[in-house]
Amino acid sequence: MSDILVQLDDVKKNFRKGKDVVEVLHSIHMQVPKGDFVALMGPSGSGKTTLLNLLGGLDKPTEGSVEIGGERIDRMSGRGLSAWRARHIGFVFQFYNLLPVLNAEHNVALPLLLTTLNSKQRRKHAQTALAVVGLGDRSSHYPRELSGGQEQRVAIARAIVSDPTLLLCDEPTGDLDRTAADDILGLLKTLNEQHGKTIILVTHDPAAADFAKRTLHLDKGTLVNGSGS
Amino acid sequence: MKYFYLVWKSVWRKKVRTWLTILSIIVAFLLYGLLQALNYAFNSGADLANAHRLVTINKVSLINPLPMSYLQRIRSVAGVADATHADWFGGYYQEPRTQLANFPVDPEAYLRINQEVQIAPQDLKRWKSERDGILVGRSLATQYGWKVGDRIPIGATIWQRKDGNPVWDFQVSGIFDDTRGNTAYNLLRYDYFDEARAQGKGSVGWFVFMIDPQADAARVAEQVDGMFENSAAETRTSTEQAFSESFIKQFGDVGFIIRSILGAVFFTIVLVSGNTMAQSVRERIPELAVLKTLGFRDTGLLGIVLGESVLVVLLGGVIGLGLAMAILSAVAEQFASVLPNMSLTDSAAIQAILIMLGLGVFTGVMPAMTAMRLSIVDALGRR
Repeated sequence: MSDILVQLDDVKKNFRKGKDVVEVLHSIHMQVPKGDFVALMGPSGSGKTTLLNLLGGLDKPTEGSVEIGGERIDRMSGRGLSAWRARHIGFVFQFYNLLPVLNAEHNVALPLLLTTLNSKQRRKHAQTALAVVGLGDRSSHYPRELSGGQEQRVAIARAIVSDPTLLLCDEPTGDLDRTAADDILGLLKTLNEQHGKTIILVTHDPAAADFAKRTLHLDKGTLVNGSGS
Repeated sequence: MKYFYLVWKSVWRKKVRTWLTILSIIVAFLLYGLLQALNYAFNSGADLANAHRLVTINKVSLINPLPMSYLQRIRSVAGVADATHADWFGGYYQEPRTQLANFPVDPEAYLRINQEVQIAPQDLKRWKSERDGILVGRSLATQYGWKVGDRIPIGATIWQRKDGNPVWDFQVSGIFDDTRGNTAYNLLRYDYFDEARAQGKGSVGWFVFMIDPQADAARVAEQVDGMFENSAAETRTSTEQAFSESFIKQFGDVGFIIRSILGAVFFTIVLVSGNTMAQSVRERIPELAVLKTLGFRDTGLLGIVLGESVLVVLLGGVIGLGLAMAILSAVAEQFASVLPNMSLTDSAAIQAILIMLGLGVFTGVMPAMTAMRLSIVDALGRR
């Protein structure tokens, strides 16, 4: 059991729409071992992003338990979740979500502002992360000076700079052409295989899912291929 | 402090908008600095007034004269230690816009009662021997380069000479200092002035008298005014401070006018700066959500947004206040004769800094709360 990083038991998530209550996730059971690379596929509205939000501590389940690295994050307070996210989760978004006023290095160093590292150490860590994603020579470039693929690499560098336990990627190639998308997916695969990062990738692109070690399918809020273990 | 770079860069996200906001704050604090200096200049006389020195003026108004004969009667009132009189001569030097504050007085009695006036014995002796002599204040002597023995032509603004000459010619008998700080005025001899003027002979502008230390100022004032009740020139007696304040109020309630102007200015700044901050937060909700996603706490975001608004106000405020100080130091000499002590005091500067911090927090608090309360899931969904 010690190599299980993510454990979801009977997770349900409801949203209220006016007077109606809509159950978006139905009784999800899921396990992800450390070092795994899971692709989570499903049509639009199937609940992929909602599930990812629960895994990242951005939202809480209506019922069930979410345990990451042995910690029940569904029981944490908002303040506790912030600190937990900073320590354990790296996020990669579809639209990169870099801060346009900061250059690549400062964008990557953002999560390190929440650590006790001094500015020199933060800078060193950020440059290392940029080198890992192949952008060591673009550290002073602003997002507007980078291509989409490069922006996403900077976002990945930001996600890994604090050495998180789990990388959560929400359609990271959804805004890229095939070549750039393959580059990004190749980079994620390298991070998984060579750096041991556990990755959960939300995508509706079968080609992207091919880079993962296994694929889970979500349909109408239910994992259709069993428990997901 | 480690968030400062992030705050700084966020402030300059939209350079033109930030500069326009800062410019409006610069103008507000420039006005604040100048108006506070003006207020201080107007009120510094009242602040330095002596509580045991009383002033009697015509009940109708300060510009209405009083008979010289009242002096002996005032001296006779129990509790009055010494009394003298003074008048407003006004006048200008060289051109009408260079107005001067000249007071015809009785040299000996005036200096007895106004011991703050410091004069060298030989200058005093010379003044007593020169009927057309004038004692000039140190700051005016410095400003116009006057020295003992110079003849100063002063154009009449109120008091015409009986010989029809529109210019009064005085000889500088000495230069005085004043421990109250203001030396932007001159003293003339009343005897010469009264003899040479075309109208108003035997009248004075006001009486000034010292009371015994144990005397009750209110009772003495009442007694003095009681003596002249139902006369052709009824009087109103008050402490020197109240007199100074009523003198200032001839120009209107300067403090109220200044407070009203500044109130309107700062209210506008609250709207301008508040709108800028609100707009700035609205347009980067997804970015703030990303910061939250990365692990920034609600209070961290609150601090970052408040930091931005305080920084913008501080930038504009400090520049505006600095400009005000530069302007004041450049024009202080030119205004010395009309408004001495026109400067920004330490307390006004500290008050300005506090206003800046208050404005920064006030204008930033609503947008900061918005940033703090935003839901990550909803905010990221706005992309």
